[in-house]
Amino acid sequence: MKVDWTTFWPRIVESTGETVVMVIATLVFGSILGIAIGLLLFVTREKNILENKLVFQVLNILINIIRPIPFIIFLVAISQLTRLVIGTTIGTAAAIFPMTIVASFSIARVVENNLVSIDPGVIEAAQAMGASPLRIIFTVLIPEALGPLILGLTFITVSLIDFSAVAGTVGGGGLGHVAMTYGYQRFDGSVMLVTVIILIILVQLAQWLGNTLSRKFMRR
Amino acid sequence: MIDFKNVSKTFRLGKREVHAVNNVSLTVNEGEIFGVIGFSGAGKSTLLRLVNLLERPTTGTVYIQNIDVNSLSSKELRARRQNIGMIFQNFNLFNSRTVAGNIAYPLKLTGLSKQGIKNRVEELLRFVGLSDKANDFPNQLSGGQKQRVGIARALATSPDILICDEATSALDPETTAEILKLLKKVNKDLGITILLITHEMHVIQSICHKVAVMENGEVIESGDVFDVFTNPQHLTTQRFIQSVQQDLPSVNILNEWRLRGGKKLFRVIFKGDITNDAVLSQVTQKHQVHFNIVYGSVRELQEKLFGNLLISFEGNQDAIQNTLDELKTIVDIEEVVQHEG
Repeated sequence: MKVDWTTFWPRIVESTGETVVMVIATLVFGSILGIAIGLLLFVTREKNILENKLVFQVLNILINIIRPIPFIIFLVAISQLTRLVIGTTIGTAAAIFPMTIVASFSIARVVENNLVSIDPGVIEAAQAMGASPLRIIFTVLIPEALGPLILGLTFITVSLIDFSAVAGTVGGGGLGHVAMTYGYQRFDGSVMLVTVIILIILVQLAQWLGNTLSRKFMRR
Repeated sequence: MIDFKNVSKTFRLGKREVHAVNNVSLTVNEGEIFGVIGFSGAGKSTLLRLVNLLERPTTGTVYIQNIDVNSLSSKELRARRQNIGMIFQNFNLFNSRTVAGNIAYPLKLTGLSKQGIKNRVEELLRFVGLSDKANDFPNQLSGGQKQRVGIARALATSPDILICDEATSALDPETTAEILKLLKKVNKDLGITILLITHEMHVIQSICHKVAVMENGEVIESGDVFDVFTNPQHLTTQRFIQSVQQDLPSVNILNEWRLRGGKKLFRVIFKGDITNDAVLSQVTQKHQVHFNIVYGSVRELQEKLFGNLLISFEGNQDAIQNTLDELKTIVDIEEVVQHEG
């Protein structure tokens, strides 16, 4: 019942590839959505450049609803929606959809938290120079928060590796799927060990990359 | 240049209303350095922000070059703001941009060409003496250097007006002096009208032409710096002036003087140009009275002299009275009463 490692390696490599694709795709889509939502959340705050109570409250409540739901439950809960959008609930693409939604709202909160820490005086200075709100968003808010933002995204990336393994257990593919089917259900400790080691390496790599990048942009 | 007409700004803090600025009318003329002084919470910071509408007045009108700024559309307002430079206590530089990048920022808003921006930035760096720091980031600079960048950035678009929000309050005395010198140069060489707020009287004393004293949102006294300094009306103003020029010795010294049987002290105040007349000496000699300068100072204010001396006299009582009477026709002289100091 144990796997034959001479033929099993390609399977591991393929699964690692799937995991990496899931994480990167989610990070890209999640960042686009999450940064947009986070910025909107920040600028519509009270006394901010585009203050809007309604928009702020709706987004704020939405984030607070989505974020506390355990991922595995969320995954199953929105499977009908996933089928509608992706066409299936099995495989890498089907995992990316719910991961992106959860990631977007987490990233939105991270983005908002980082923007709040920008000195309001800097925003005031840009206003005093005659910069429009949109201009301030792209030329002041984002560049000023970039260093810590990258660290925040790194943190999210690490939890996405975790999510991808969870998605793998319910048909999502990737290392999680391999670990569950071979390591858990067939009691093959060696597969479990190898997948765990690969996951650890992925996390280390992501963290190293994030630290290096953020250091380049940190100017405080 | 800038006219405040019955301007008030009220903030609502919960159920409480705070009158940050209360019915203020002021005129800042073109080419002036106008200083507003007040303790913290006096409303001066809000007053300053009414100029470029970072705060909107609750009632009243702010005119800049005879245009009601509150009537401008948001697009017109942004254009107007490019004509009003602003510097801050905490500099508010963009940490993610280099020194050159900070100065270039307002120029990019005007749509100037890349080469045009480059030339202007170099010119401004030379003006503030930071040509060698162009590629440094703000976190590599000292406080004084940061404020120089702030000034260069505020001047980038060649504004008519520069507003300064406690621009030297975060700096040490030496750096403060440097920055004040630079502001004076901005006013003199570039002809830029400056409106500044501060809680430090020496800032007013060193560079301002006009001053307004604010307390509880109201302007309690205003006028030429020389006039206000030499003849302050309001107690708060007097306290501010005491902070930069003590016109009495300490209570201890005064008491000791009196205990030792010291003579009556008279305060002589003279203002204006240096004269060749040896007034004190001539008058006292004429009445055969000796004078003794116990305490005092003569200082320059707005290129005029302002003297404040404590004097005692020795001689015949009648002669002293005659001396006083004659001196009164030439300078301000009055007895220092016991409770003073």
